[in-house]
Order: sequence, then C-alpha cells, then structure tokens
Amino acid sequence: MTRFQTFIISLIAALVITMPVLAAPGPDETLEDPQLEARAMELYGQLRCVVCQSQAIGYSDAPLAGDMRFVVRERLLAGDSDAEVLDYMQDRYGDYVLMMPPLQANTIFLWALPFLLLLVGGAIAFAYVRRQSAQMETAFSAEEDAQIEALMREEGRE
Amino acid sequence: MRLLAFLPLALFAAMAIYFAMGLREDPSVLPSQLVDEALPDFDLPPIEGYQLGLSDDDLHGEVSLVNYFGSWCPPCLIEHPMLMQISRSGVVPIYGIDWKDEPGAGARWLERHGNPYVRIGDDQSGRLAIEFGLTGAPETFVVDREGRVRYRHIGIITEEDWEETLRPLVLDLQSQ
Repeated sequence: MTRFQTFIISLIAALVITMPVLAAPGPDETLEDPQLEARAMELYGQLRCVVCQSQAIGYSDAPLAGDMRFVVRERLLAGDSDAEVLDYMQDRYGDYVLMMPPLQANTIFLWALPFLLLLVGGAIAFAYVRRQSAQMETAFSAEEDAQIEALMREEGRE
Repeated sequence: MRLLAFLPLALFAAMAIYFAMGLREDPSVLPSQLVDEALPDFDLPPIEGYQLGLSDDDLHGEVSLVNYFGSWCPPCLIEHPMLMQISRSGVVPIYGIDWKDEPGAGARWLERHGNPYVRIGDDQSGRLAIEFGLTGAPETFVVDREGRVRYRHIGIITEEDWEETLRPLVLDLQSQ
C-alpha cells in the first residue's frame, strides 16, 4: 500500500468512527419505543433551531436545540400526534420554528413565486418559439426560393 | 414585444428591492408569541443559597420585568450594570430567571457583580425557557399587573433601550 492509500483509508476510518459522535442527538436522548423514536427523528428535521436559525434541531449541538428535542420527546410520550407537537412549538416560537413555512396569507407569494416564474418564463419561451417558426415559413423571397431550387438541382446531379 | 423584453429586468429589480429590505432586518429578533398573552404557569425553585424562588403568581399585581440570565452568558455580564441601575432607580422591580446554570454558579455570579433581582427562579433544565419562547440570553419581558407579557426585549438592554423603550412602556403600564 502506498503512503497515500494508507492516509485515505485512515481518514475514512476516522470519519466513520467519529460519525456517531458528530450526529447531534446524543445516545441518552433515544426513546425506548422504536416507533416513537422514528417519529421523533422525523420531527427533529422539521423544527428549526432558534439559535442557529438555518439548522433543524436534529442537526444542531446548541443547548437550546437539545432542550427543544427534549420537549419533542416529552410531547410524544404524552401521546401527542406529530401535528400536535409541531403546533406546540409553533405556539411558543411562531411560524419561524417550522422548517417548512406554512401556506397562509403572508406566505402565499413565497409559495406561488416559482409557479408564477415558470408561467411567465414559459409564456416568453412559447411566444419566442412561435415567432421564430412563423418567420421561418415566410422567410424566403421568390428570388431566394429560386436560388434554393438551383442549389438542390446541383446537388441532384452529383 | 419590445416592452416584454424588459420584463425580466423589471422582475429582477422588484425582487432586488424586496430582498434588500429583508437584509435590513435583524434575523435574530424573532417576534414573540407571548406578547399580550398570559405568562405560562410556572413555579421555579430558588437558586442555591437563596430563600425565594419564582412563580407566575409573584408577577401579578405589579408591573415588572422578567430577565432571563446565566452566569455562563457574556452578554448578560455586559447588561448587568444596566439592570443594577434600573434596580437602584426603583422604577420597576426586576425578577430573574437563572437559565441552565450549574448549581451555585448563578449565586456566585450575583455575589460578585451585585443582585438586581427581587426574586430569582432556577430554570436549570431550561424547560421553562421553551414556554417563554426564549431564543437566547439575555432576554427581558415586560409584564403588566394582570400577569400578561406586554413586550419582549431580545439581547442586552442598553441605556438607550431603557430610556427610549422600556422605561416609557413601564411608566405607561403603571399609570393604567
């Protein structure tokens, strides 16, 4: 094995070994019921850490994110549905805590914009293509037509 | 058709203005869900070495400030002299909640830097902070006589914040 190969393999080994440590929810945070645990993991990904802001609480090491995960587990153990857990957090932290912004009056523009842009872009592209093909049909004058015919005859002779 | 060619430019300009407006906002200042709502029910034990804890019942009957702090929090230390000054002025009582501190750390911190609080609750687990919708420390809530939150201040209270926002609000609530 070359030195480079050894280096790469030990690097990968180091990453694999430390991976469980890097994942934010600690081992003491696991719920006993695997079904609840799966729902908790799902919810961790849908709630935003209010300190780190662009991260879901499932990927954050901030102490507050840990406390928020604790509340998620507490609500699940109390028998809340997934929607009730999200509502609980939304009641305390507002829409911002949801990674996926809810569809409502003040977010309608956000949700509609991609479709609006697609429509506008599509309309422009459609108009452009139609104009191009319309031009093609009437593109040649009688003189040009004669030229083309002459050229084609020439081709045919060969 | 010629006008249509300017459409993308116009769209870009509209979006640029919209986003530029968004950039001027401070992303760490989130609107509080608690404003004009009753305080959450709570009953916190005192911090080590103190007799009085803090419950929501203590915050009824008088306009008050509730200040979340921690001995581990550098901005809280910067804010501290301002809290001492407010406390000395006698304008409004300040109640403290010690957030996620080691046992005894909050008490030692107050001994060193002075205690501006009438009562202090110990939120060692940080569970109550979620009920407050806390995003960090320090954070300060203005509570009216009926125990409703009327305002939330995120971050350090500066002299300017106190003179221009918090003090007038407190005086206004006290005169109602």
